[in-house]
Amino acid sequence: MTARTLYDKLWDVHVVEDFEDGSSLLYIDRHIAHEVTTPQAFEGLKIAGRPLWRAAATVAVSDHNVPTRDVHHIADPVAKIQLDTLARNCREHGITHFDIGDPRQGIVHVTGPEQGWSLPGMTIVCGDSHTATNGALGALAFGIGTSEVEHVMATQCLVLRKAKNMRIEVSGSLRAGVTSKDLVLAVIGKIGTAGATGHTLEYAGSAITSLSMEARMTVCNMSIEAGARAGMVAVDDKTIAYVEGRPGAPKGAQWTLALAAWADLHSDAGAHFDALVHLDAALIEPQVTWGTSPEMVLPISGRVPDPADETDEVRRTGVQNALRYMGLTPGTALVDIAIDKVFIGSCTNSRIEDLRAAAAVVQGRHLAANVSLALVVPGSGLVKRQAEKEGLDQIFRAAGFEWREPGCSMCLGMNPDQLAAGERCASTSNRNFEGRQGQGGRTHLVSPAMAAAAGIAGHFVDVREGF
Amino acid sequence: MEAFTRLTGLVAPIDRPNVDTDAIIPKQFLKSIKRSGFGPNLFDEWRYLDKGEPDKDNAGRPLNPDFILNQAPYQGATVLLARANFGCGSSREHAPWAIYDYGFRVVVAPSFADIFYGNSAKNGLLLVTLPTPTIERLFVESRAVVGYRLTVDLAAQTVTTPSGEMFQFDYAAGLKHRMLNGLDDIAITLQQAATIRAYEAKRRLSAPWLFAQT
Ligand code: SF4
Repeated sequence: MTARTLYDKLWDVHVVEDFEDGSSLLYIDRHIAHEVTTPQAFEGLKIAGRPLWRAAATVAVSDHNVPTRDVHHIADPVAKIQLDTLARNCREHGITHFDIGDPRQGIVHVTGPEQGWSLPGMTIVCGDSHTATNGALGALAFGIGTSEVEHVMATQCLVLRKAKNMRIEVSGSLRAGVTSKDLVLAVIGKIGTAGATGHTLEYAGSAITSLSMEARMTVCNMSIEAGARAGMVAVDDKTIAYVEGRPGAPKGAQWTLALAAWADLHSDAGAHFDALVHLDAALIEPQVTWGTSPEMVLPISGRVPDPADETDEVRRTGVQNALRYMGLTPGTALVDIAIDKVFIGSCTNSRIEDLRAAAAVVQGRHLAANVSLALVVPGSGLVKRQAEKEGLDQIFRAAGFEWREPGCSMCLGMNPDQLAAGERCASTSNRNFEGRQGQGGRTHLVSPAMAAAAGIAGHFVDVREGF
Repeated sequence: MEAFTRLTGLVAPIDRPNVDTDAIIPKQFLKSIKRSGFGPNLFDEWRYLDKGEPDKDNAGRPLNPDFILNQAPYQGATVLLARANFGCGSSREHAPWAIYDYGFRVVVAPSFADIFYGNSAKNGLLLVTLPTPTIERLFVESRAVVGYRLTVDLAAQTVTTPSGEMFQFDYAAGLKHRMLNGLDDIAITLQQAATIRAYEAKRRLSAPWLFAQT
C-alpha cells in the first residue's frame, strides 16, 4: 500500500462514495451545534419534513451569546431567542445540549474535546470556523455553513472535494516563556493568512509532539487564520491519555478496539505532502500582532513596521490602513505600546493550562493603573471549577482581574463584553480584524502569559524578563 | 423542496422595475432565526402604512389599500408578474423565502438579478424570463381581465394565457431536473441513502464506539 498522510487516512475511511466530478460523499461522525448558525438549519428540516439522520451524532452547547457576568440575565431579546431556539430544537430532536447554567456548558471547541464528543479518527463538523481545534486529537475537524449544517443533520454526510496536504514541521524545542500560541502566530506570520488555503494542515516535529494536548488545540485552533479549513496532529500517547475516561470516550472492549484503530492515526513514513513548511522552535520569541490581520505579527522585540519599507504597493496600503486603524506610529517598539484592556479567554486560550500560565504571571502583582478592565473568562464550567479548586480565581481577583462565567465573551463582541472605539486590548483570542472585539476596538493577539504580563505592566512586555 | 411541474394560477402584477431585496423583505426581518414565516412581511413597506418590526403582530396593522396584494381580486395569487431586474440588491435568501411563504410559486419578469435567481431555484420558486414586449402584453391583459390566470408548464417550458396564446421560455437543464423532481442538495444526497446505510453498517462493526449514544 502506498504511504499515506494522516489526512489521507482520515479522508479514505470516511468516503461513502466518490463522484465522477471529483467530489466525494464524506461521512460525518460528529456534528457539534451552537445557537448562532443552526436555527435556519433546523427550520429547513422542519419545512421539508425531514428527520435527523442520526440524532445521536449531533450534540450542542450554547456559547456565543452567553453573557459572562450574570448568565441568567440576557439583555438582548434577539440573543435570548437564539439561545431559546437551540434549547427547543435540541429538546424536540432528543439532542444532548449543555444550556446556560449547566456546569459543563462552555465554548463549543472547548467542550467538544473536554466531553469526549470529539475523538481521534473522527470527522467532526460545526457551524464555526474554529472547529479545527478538535484536530489536535488526530481528527478531521472543520467548520461548515448553515446549509451544510442542515445537510449533515439530514444525511450525516457532506459533498466535499479533498484538499491538498501541507505539513508544518516545527523542529527543536520552544524556549522557556514561549508558548504554543506564539508558535502558531509565528507560523501564520511566516506563511500568511492565505498560506494554507486549499490545504489541510498537519503539525509535526519535535516541538509539536512535546506540546501538551491543550497546547496542540491552541495550534490547531488557528489553522483557519493560516487559510486552512482543518489542521491536525498525529495521535500519540498524550492523545490517548487525554481521551481516556472522558464521558464520550469508548469504554471496556470498545476502548481496546479503539486503541488498535487509533494506532494508525499518523502519516506514514514517505507519505507525500503537497507543501512543506519548516520552523525552528528555538528561534520563536513571544509574539504580538500589531495590525488588523493575524499575519501582521512580530516578536516582542520588534518595532511597528514602516509602510515606506514595503516595496509592494498593495502591501504598503495594507500596512498604512492597519496602522491608521490601530493608532500606531511606525518604528514604535512593541514594548512601548500601552494597553487599556486585557482579555484572557476564547476557544484559543481558555483552558486550564492557559489560566495557570496567566495566573503564574499575575501572582502577587496588580494590574497597572492605566488598565481599565482585565477579563478572565474560562472556556467551560469545568475549567472554571478546576481553576477555582486551584485558587487561580483568587490570584486573578487579588490582582484586579475580573473572573467571569464561561462563554465566547470578548472574542467577538456579540454579547455585552466589548471594546469601546479606540480601546487597545491585549487579547488571547484568534482574530484581530477591525471591529472584531467591538466597533473601533484595537486587538493585539498574544499568549495568555503575555496578556497577563501586559496587564501588570500596562504595556506590552517580554514575559521572559522579570515575570 | 417541493417539486414544480405545472401550475395554473391567479396573477398579481407588480408594476415597478428594479424591485430590490430590501423592498421584498426589509432588513429588520433578517434577525429572525427562521426561514419560514416571512410571508406576512413580504413587500412590508409597500403593503402596510406603519413600520414593520419582527415581533409585531401583522394582523392588526393598517394596510395600504393602493398596494395590489391588498386588493380583493388578487387574493390567492400564485403567479407574480414583475418588471426588469427583479430581486436586485443583497444576497439575502430571505427574499425568495418570503415570496414563497406568501404563496407565490412563479415569478414572471423580463430579467432577474443573478444571486436572487440562484437563491430562488434552491427554494423551489420558479423564475420565468420572457421578452419585455411579451411581459408588457401580460401586464395589459392582467389589468383588463379580473381573475386573470396563467398556466406555467416547466416540462414544456411554456406560459399559456387564458386565450390560449403560448410563450416559450428558457430554463437550464440541470435546474429544470431539480425543480421538476423537487430535488434540493439534501434530496440528491438522500438518493444515496442505501449507500450511506451500507457504509454505516460496515463502520458499526469496525468502529462501534462512533455510534454510541451521547
Ligand atoms: S471563542 Fe471566539 S473564535 Fe471561538 S467559537 Fe467563540 S466566538 Fe468563535
